[in-house]
Amino acid sequence: MPIRTVMKANEAAAWAAKLAKPKVIAAFPITPSTLVPEKISEFVANGELDAEFIKVESEHSAISACVGASAAGVRTFTATASQGLALMHEVIFIAAGMRLPIVVAVGNRALSAPINIWNDWQDSISERDTGWLQFYAENNQEALDLILIAFKVAEDERVLLPAMVGFDAFILTHTVEPVEIPDQEAVDEFLGEYEPKYAYLDPAKPITQGTLAFPAHYMEARYTVWEANENAKKVIDEVFAEFEKRFGRKYQKVEEYRTDDAEIIFVTMGSLAGTVKEYVDHLREQGVRAGAAKLTVYRPFPTEEVRELAKKAKVIALLEKNVTFSVGGALFQDFSRALVNLDERPKVVDFILGLGGRDVTFKDLDEALEIAQKALNGEEFDEVNWIGLRKEIL
Amino acid sequence: MAVRKPPITTREYWAPGHAACAGCGCATALKLATKAFSEAMEEKYGDPNAFAIAQATGCMEVVSAVFPYTAWKVPWVHVAFENAAAAASGVEAAWKKLGRKGKILAIGGDGGTADIGLQALSGMLERRHNVVYLMYDNEAYMNTGIQRSSSTPYGAWTTTSPPGKYSIGEDKPKKWVALIAAAHQIPYVATASIGNPFDFVRKMKKAAKVDGPAFVQVHCTCPTGWKSPLEKGVEIARLAIETGVWPLFEIENGDFFNIKIQAPGGGAKVKREGGKIVAIEFKKPIEEYLKLQGRFKHLFKRPEAIDEMREQIKAMWKVLGVDVTLPKPEE
Repeated sequence: MPIRTVMKANEAAAWAAKLAKPKVIAAFPITPSTLVPEKISEFVANGELDAEFIKVESEHSAISACVGASAAGVRTFTATASQGLALMHEVIFIAAGMRLPIVVAVGNRALSAPINIWNDWQDSISERDTGWLQFYAENNQEALDLILIAFKVAEDERVLLPAMVGFDAFILTHTVEPVEIPDQEAVDEFLGEYEPKYAYLDPAKPITQGTLAFPAHYMEARYTVWEANENAKKVIDEVFAEFEKRFGRKYQKVEEYRTDDAEIIFVTMGSLAGTVKEYVDHLREQGVRAGAAKLTVYRPFPTEEVRELAKKAKVIALLEKNVTFSVGGALFQDFSRALVNLDERPKVVDFILGLGGRDVTFKDLDEALEIAQKALNGEEFDEVNWIGLRKEIL
Repeated sequence: MAVRKPPITTREYWAPGHAACAGCGCATALKLATKAFSEAMEEKYGDPNAFAIAQATGCMEVVSAVFPYTAWKVPWVHVAFENAAAAASGVEAAWKKLGRKGKILAIGGDGGTADIGLQALSGMLERRHNVVYLMYDNEAYMNTGIQRSSSTPYGAWTTTSPPGKYSIGEDKPKKWVALIAAAHQIPYVATASIGNPFDFVRKMKKAAKVDGPAFVQVHCTCPTGWKSPLEKGVEIARLAIETGVWPLFEIENGDFFNIKIQAPGGGAKVKREGGKIVAIEFKKPIEEYLKLQGRFKHLFKRPEAIDEMREQIKAMWKVLGVDVTLPKPEE
């Protein structure tokens, strides 16, 4: 029987790792993810998880050890955030290029400078072009579930790409919520043993991995990463469906909320999606035709689903906890790309908010709504808007 | 007729056809190292192939693994420049969980080990992974075109330590990574040279057979970067030993009070106390080593720099507990 309990997202991530039975875990502590390796250490110390836990001297070595272990053919896991993920950056690219299905739990946190330990998504958004799959959890249950899903998708032979699962610093990492821990047997049936098809660092069948490629081959190698990302779209749908069948919880790449007759649809990711759903309820009571949508999957970018969503709205209001300079937020760029060639498309308004852990309140969302309504009414509006900015201290 | 057993296995793990420069001393080092490893694995596990390699970016990496070809007849993985030790840690952990018998060999050049990879190396040694780290030391960043590393010796020309009006070439003493490795109190640390292949093979086998981490720093010549004759690699490496420039030693379990020094040969007079070498009177001046290499050519107009080099070499030997006398060339 699944266990219903309460726990922090960090604990949920550690539980997911335990249930997935990785053979090698390598991690370095960083706020707000520290509890993940701590909890995994306990599992290993108690014999509840039969894994090698490498207590590395840096995040760079954490991901490097994961690449080594994954290249040797075993399931591999790590957790990090912010500067730690940034320190991994070089090897993040390499893991994707080498097609190694490593899973990383990311406690989404702002990047320095100034140093800030609180939530935004700049850390994982900065890794969006590495070839990794990216999932964002709205709550602690999703943090657990999406890590299991990430393993299944990453290890699919049509994909073979690493994956990161983001959950918001402190808002989720340190907040206790009800979580259902699935049965080990059910997870075993869902995930199965990771058995790479090709010989991996096996002296009986030696192969060379991580070679140099001349211009004659490099582009094709990069294309296979592109292709694997494209393949992942279908595989994710399949895995979501299987997960729902086995565990009863439904996931969608783009999850919609009260969008059917909406004029303005707020789109966001992570824990903010919960706030926005409540805000939409609040607006509906006032007769404002607003809806919400959450991107559960950010890479591969769900272009088709976003196009379907766009058909329903006159205005798409993006709520983003990241900055892409000169553009606005990363989602603004992604949505623009998805919609640019459509004959009919909604106005897209971008909102940058909640950076470095600043609370996003209904008051902030009212500010965003006001600008979105300008776009709806055909008035002039700014495409990129910083919400909740304290202009008096600038 | 009795057939003599070859001094080292005829099995090849570093296959012909790699793209190293003619006369590459490091290619020789890798060939010998993998052969020695194979013999050790055969003796320890009954399986000569029971090893895998994790290698850092560097000249020996790019010349051996050019897609779609490979020079490696052993499972081999390359990740990046600074993380051979970390990647090897992961491979070793995976092998442990897979119940695979054998040992991991991590390979890095001096740049990938002494500079950018030093942290990952330290982490791997401190965590006591069952890995042998082989640092092939050709004393500069040869893969990127002969820039100085912290392992470049005093006085050497490189493209980033050019001699000039205000420069004698590299102006810092060489960093001795073997001593840093030994400070981790790991089971086995050694320096070796392609100038003494039997000693090198013995040390690689010993390193491969210990339980836990081992570190071997092998001096190997680079005719391109050292501006030396292609055919004189082994001779030059041997001269480094015989003139005192390159010490051959072993440190077990971080016991700096019992460093085992190998006699340098070349007519050097060795003084022992209780079996330990305490003093060496070298007969060949370091100039004999320097003069065969274009990278030291400018020093012959700057004898004070060569004298400074002699002082640095003495100081380094002093750390090893050996009092050395280094002759000047006869007038």
